[in-house]
Order: sequence, then C-alpha cells, then structure tokens
Amino acid sequence: MKIPQSPSPVIELKGTKKYYGEGDATAYALRGVDLTIYEGEFVAIMGPSGSGKSTAMNIIGCLDVPTEGHYLFEGIDVGILSRDQRALLRRNYIGFIFQGFNLLGKTSAVENVELPLLYRGVPAHERRTMAMAALQSVGLGNVAHHTPGELSGGQQQRVAIARAIVTDPLVLLADEPTGNLDTAKSIEVMELLKSFNLEKKITIIMVTHENDMARYASRTIHFRDGQIDPAGDGSHP
Amino acid sequence: MIWNAFILALREIRRSAMRSILTTLGIVIGVASVIAMVMLGDATTAYVTQSISKLGSNMLILRPGQDRHGPGGGDTTSKRFTQEDITAISREIGGIKGVAPVSSKGMQVVYGNQNYSTSIDGSTNDYFTVKDWSFETGRNFTAAELQGGKAVCVIGETIRKELFGDQNPLDASIRLENFSCQVIGVLHSKGSSMFGMDQDDLVVVPLRMFQRRISGNQEIATILLSAKNASGIESIKTNVTSLIRERRHIRPGDEDDFNVRDLREVVQTLSSTTKMLTLLLGAVAAISLLVGGIGIMNIMLVSVTERTREIGIRLAIGALEREVLLQFLVEAIVLSSLGGIIGMALGIGTGVAINHFFDLPFVFNTSIVVIAFLFSTLVGIVFGYFPARKAARLNPIDALRHE
Repeated sequence: MKIPQSPSPVIELKGTKKYYGEGDATAYALRGVDLTIYEGEFVAIMGPSGSGKSTAMNIIGCLDVPTEGHYLFEGIDVGILSRDQRALLRRNYIGFIFQGFNLLGKTSAVENVELPLLYRGVPAHERRTMAMAALQSVGLGNVAHHTPGELSGGQQQRVAIARAIVTDPLVLLADEPTGNLDTAKSIEVMELLKSFNLEKKITIIMVTHENDMARYASRTIHFRDGQIDPAGDGSHP
Repeated sequence: MIWNAFILALREIRRSAMRSILTTLGIVIGVASVIAMVMLGDATTAYVTQSISKLGSNMLILRPGQDRHGPGGGDTTSKRFTQEDITAISREIGGIKGVAPVSSKGMQVVYGNQNYSTSIDGSTNDYFTVKDWSFETGRNFTAAELQGGKAVCVIGETIRKELFGDQNPLDASIRLENFSCQVIGVLHSKGSSMFGMDQDDLVVVPLRMFQRRISGNQEIATILLSAKNASGIESIKTNVTSLIRERRHIRPGDEDDFNVRDLREVVQTLSSTTKMLTLLLGAVAAISLLVGGIGIMNIMLVSVTERTREIGIRLAIGALEREVLLQFLVEAIVLSSLGGIIGMALGIGTGVAINHFFDLPFVFNTSIVVIAFLFSTLVGIVFGYFPARKAARLNPIDALRHE
C-alpha cells in the first residue's frame, strides 16, 4: 500500500525536547524529535516503554508542551498557548482513544459519546442524534443506553471510538487502543479505525506494541531513548 | 453552560443518593435549627409584648425618688406627692384619661373565720379607669364616700374567692386589722400578670379613708396616669415631668427627685432581652450551619479524588478549567441548597410544633427563612470553591493515569 501523502502537514515536531529537572538531575523524555505527519495519514508509533512515545503523544495531543523546540499543530505553535487555548484545540480538532477506554462509569454509552459535544455547546436534541449516529457507525446502536459496566471490553473501546469521532476531528490519537483486548476484538477495533481513516479522512496516530496492529497503519515510527529510531522508520510494504 | 452544569450536578447527586443525603444532613440541621430557634424567639417576644399590653400600655407611673430599675426601687426618703399634685396634673395636663393617686400597704383581711394577706390600695375612681378594671358586681365609690373617707371597699376576685367562697360578698363587712369596711363591688378577674403576680389579689379603698385610718398622713406614694391614646404618652411624660419639677422648684440642671415610668419602656427592655436571646439562639444554630458547610467541603474533596479520572477525561476532551470548576461548584451549591430547602421545611415544621406545644403565638418571620436559605447556598459556594478549584487545576495527563 502506498502512503496517501497529502501536501499539508497537520503535525510538525521540530527539534522537540522534553526534560524534567535541571543540571545533573535532568531526566530526558524527548531528546530532540523531528516529525511531520500529513493530513489523512495513519501513523503507528512503536517503541519500548520509556522510549518517549507517550511523552510525544501527550505533546501531539496538546496535553503537554515541549520544554525546547517547537510543536506546530495545523501551523499553530502549541508551545505558546495557554492551558485553556490548548483545551480548545483538543475540543475542536482532536479525538482521543485510550488503552483503558476511560469511559465515565454509571453513565450510559450514548451519554459518554455526547460528552465532547456538550463542551462544544451542541444543543441537546442535536447532541443525541449525533451521538446515536456515531454509536451506530461503530455497530453499537442497540446498546446505547447500557452503562460501560454492562458492556464487554471490545464494546467499551468501540464506545470510546464513537466518542472520539463524534466531533469529526481532524486528528485521532489512539494510545494502545487494543492493549486490553483479545485478538478478535483487536481486529474489530483496527478495522473500525482503518475505515474512519479511509472514509472520513481522519488522520490517525496510534501507539501500539503489537506489529500486527501497526500493520494497519500506513507508516510506522519507532522511538528509542527519546528519539526517533531512523532504522525502524518507514512505511509498510 | 450553567444549565448543563446544573443537570450534570443533579445527575451526580442522584447517582450517589445515600452519600448526598448524609452530606446535606449538616446543612438540613443547621438551617432547620436557625429557623426553629428564631421562630421560637420571635414567638416569645410577641408573647411578652402581648402580656404587658394587657397591663395597660398607655399607663405612666410617677414615683418619688430617682429611677431605680427592678423591684424595691421605691425610695422612702424622697419627697412624696400630695393631693395638690393630683389636682395640678388633672388641671394642667391635656390628653389624659385619668389620674389616680395610689398609696398601698400589705395587710390581713378577715371575714368570719377566713383571713387572707393582701395589698390595700387607697385611691379614687380613676384607679379603675387607669388600670382598665371593670366590675363583676357592685359599683365604684360615690363622691360622698370619697370625700368623707367612708369605710367601703372594692375587692378583687381572689379576695372574694378566699373570703367568701359561694357567699354573696356585697354589703358584707370585712375587717382590715383594727377596723371594718363594707364591700361595695367586686372587680372582674384579670388573672396573673406575666411576672406571675396575681393581679386579682387586691382591695381598693377610698384614698382619704386610707390616709386617715391606715397611713395616718396626707402623702401619696404613687400617681398613675393613663393617656387617651398611645401617641400622646411621650408629650404627657414631658409635661408631667416639667410640671412636677416646677411645683417642687427644682432648678434646671438639677436631677429629678421623682421618676416617671412608662410601661412601654418595660416592654422595650423585655423585648430587647428576648430579642437578644433570639439572636443568641440563632447564632448557635448558625454555627451548626457552618459545620454543615465543612461537611460539604469534606465530601466534595473526597468526590474530586474519587473522580480524578473522570476529570482527566473531561479535561482531555477539551473541558476548560472554568467549566470543570463550575461543574463541581454547582454540585456543591445544589447539594447545600437542597439541604437548605429540606431544612427550611423541617425548621418551619419544628417551629410551629414548639410554639404550639408552649402555647405561644404564631409569628412567621419570612426574612429569617430567606436568610437561612441564602446562607446555606453561600455555604455551598464558599466550601465548594476549594474542592472545585482543585478539580479544575488537575493536570489531565496525571488525572488520566490515576487509578
């Protein structure tokens, strides 16, 4: 499969460094990363734990800012934005999928999916319609009023995907989305992500440990010791 | 945004119903006790005021000597009033319904083999007017009886009951120490005063007879005055004071050697005392409201810790700091206001029950109900703010990792 490369970059990391502390006690999480991801890409990020991939994901997701260097999201320098401005970027352009699903317990699936729309100020009836549509698109229209506790792990992750795509985001960030699922469920989830990438042209960046899952992506990036490992970088044949 | 936060808060409260009830209990008790205590206090004040007005609130009392509050205030060395003072007052002071000279002494009264210790008041017919007495049977004094100091008397209900029982007291002769007098009238019962004194325990005789046979002098101990209407009391008081000062040649700047008291002062003193008590009770109750507020803060802090992950999710998907703050703040306010509403109902109910039990008049103080409710809301804002801020300032990355 060829890289569906589009000319406009969505995400640009330029000499991005992240470290904590000072002097001898300085702990580096990122030692200078240059990375460009274009619109419509499906990128897998791999690497051992402590390699800096989570830190990179946090920065890409506008949850964290680089200590040094730049991070441009759609050309906007995120490093100089305030906390609330970053929250608005997340609200309007980014969808999140977590390994642990991170759904609100005791809250029905459809209410979980409505949550991002609530913060966008979408009116109640419209919210419900959009959330139901998103649930149907992940094949869960029939369990919309079940709470996460009443759903299987695969179903919960699909609710989380519905929540992430209900706002039709520019970028979808998935942090080990299949980490807690068995193979069959993992494949379901990956097929879903792939379809959103192809049909809705949503740019997807996914952290994973599993080569099988990385294979769904159009490009895989390997992290090692806070840097991108050039040897591992490349597209899948 | 506020509406969403409100809906969210209600949902959250319903989800942990038991904990919410326990949390608000402090506020419920606080608000209820403030309202109940203040209602009780107000009712007591109203009761005191009513009881005193029964004594005759338009009444002024002139006594010799400087004002001594409390019992035993009578000064025995100061100059007494005279018949001329009475005449001058009734001639020169306008707006009065009656002016009654009164001299009294405690004595034994005897009829047949019954005897009873009571107070003998020597006065005129104005005594009955000023003190608002009406007659059960018989009549008041005639002009001839007053002039001649005849041995006749009007007795109170207690004396009638003690001495005569079922017998007819009219025209009977009762003995006061060493002389006897004829009963010409019986006063209508007034019952006991709010100080617990039996107002019906008295015998009234003509002043001249009292002076001649009991005191042995022309002095008058007390002068009772009553105003035609309450609004005139103040000017009468001023006029009487200057009249007596003039009659006694008291130079300007010198102190009065008599005092004029007005029952309204007593009412004011007493009701300010009961109001103070109300305030005190209310304040004690308000402290429990404060304690209730601390309870809310405690639970909200626990709730923020428990829901750290939820807060992380909300922040990650784009909730602003102020939106999370508002969510938790509104939750605290809804909790405390809910407690306030329940407390209001409970407090009014308790207040009504207590007042009914003690047979006190029902006084509904709308402002304290409103204040107590608003205070409960304020408690929610104040004690909810800190936990809400803590929630809003969480780092989403750490919050999402929280187990």
